[in-house]
Amino acid sequence: MDMKVNREPLLPERIQLDEQDQKLITLIQTGLPITPAPYADLGRELGMDEGEVISRLKKLNENEVIKRFGVVVRHHELGYRSNAMTVWNIPDDVVSELGTCMGQFDFVTLCYRRPRRLPDWPYNLFTMIHGQDKEDVLANIEILRERCSLTEIEHQVLFSTRRFKQRGAIYRQVK
Amino acid sequence: MQANTETTTTSQSELTTLQKHLLNDFQHNFPLTSRPYKQIAEMFGVRESDIINNLNILKEQGFISRVGAVFRANSIGASTLAAMTIPEAEIDSVAEIINSYDEVNHNYLREHKYNMWFVVTASDDATLNNVLDDIEHRSGYGVMYLPMLQDFHIDLGFDLGFDTELVSEQKAD
Repeated sequence: MDMKVNREPLLPERIQLDEQDQKLITLIQTGLPITPAPYADLGRELGMDEGEVISRLKKLNENEVIKRFGVVVRHHELGYRSNAMTVWNIPDDVVSELGTCMGQFDFVTLCYRRPRRLPDWPYNLFTMIHGQDKEDVLANIEILRERCSLTEIEHQVLFSTRRFKQRGAIYRQVK
Repeated sequence: MQANTETTTTSQSELTTLQKHLLNDFQHNFPLTSRPYKQIAEMFGVRESDIINNLNILKEQGFISRVGAVFRANSIGASTLAAMTIPEAEIDSVAEIINSYDEVNHNYLREHKYNMWFVVTASDDATLNNVLDDIEHRSGYGVMYLPMLQDFHIDLGFDLGFDTELVSEQKAD
């Protein structure tokens, strides 16, 4: 068994956040309080006033540290019971173009480029495709193949058969 | 091991129109104002407490995981997708090892030679690597490490396909 994997980060540059931003992020990871004045409530815990909480969240939204701010639904409970991680082996020179095309469809909830791990794993683009059932997911994949010039691209569809764990990420505050 | 939550107490068909709107219409651009729930209430001509109560009900019943932020991967902390090839007979025991880490927030079994797929999120790269090393050591199987390099997804939430005509009717009143 091959335990020696390449763990070079190769990650995009991270946005520098000040200590107050980090505290705010840590606090809102479990969600906004569902109380009449939620931003004031958060501020009380952080020693900030409501206006500062709101302006910091607006800024995190603008610089896209926050991708989306709002109601986070659980697909499975809402009838979208099937999802497939669909992976594609796309030539490097067109991966941005084709990835951008796929990332616009609302049944695609993730669209990431990741490293290949040759020889075992040649796939460099990962999409999460949702649907009400398996057939619906496969139909959505066909839509992608046609609309994003993917008919010649090798891909694999990995349906989930069991869910062991699903919750929002918890980032601990950096000391 | 975390329970496999396959049951729901309420089916989607029993949701009220207001609940459907709360689920579908506020997945992004949630009001960043002093009284956000009051602002939403005014859009539907209901009381602030109706919005608060209904969001709490939707949360309790598992339709909503939270009202809040979805962070761009790797914009804060470090995270990665990881995969392992685990023999059928050891799936439960290895899943239990993986799930025992707070840093693991998703873990799915998928139909592939690489059958165990999970996401690890930590405050920094060193912690992330420690968790991956530890999982390899405790399970005896190698981890394929697949960090994100580029994000192509425009996250506007997920259209649940509800009929939204009632909103325009109410707005026209």
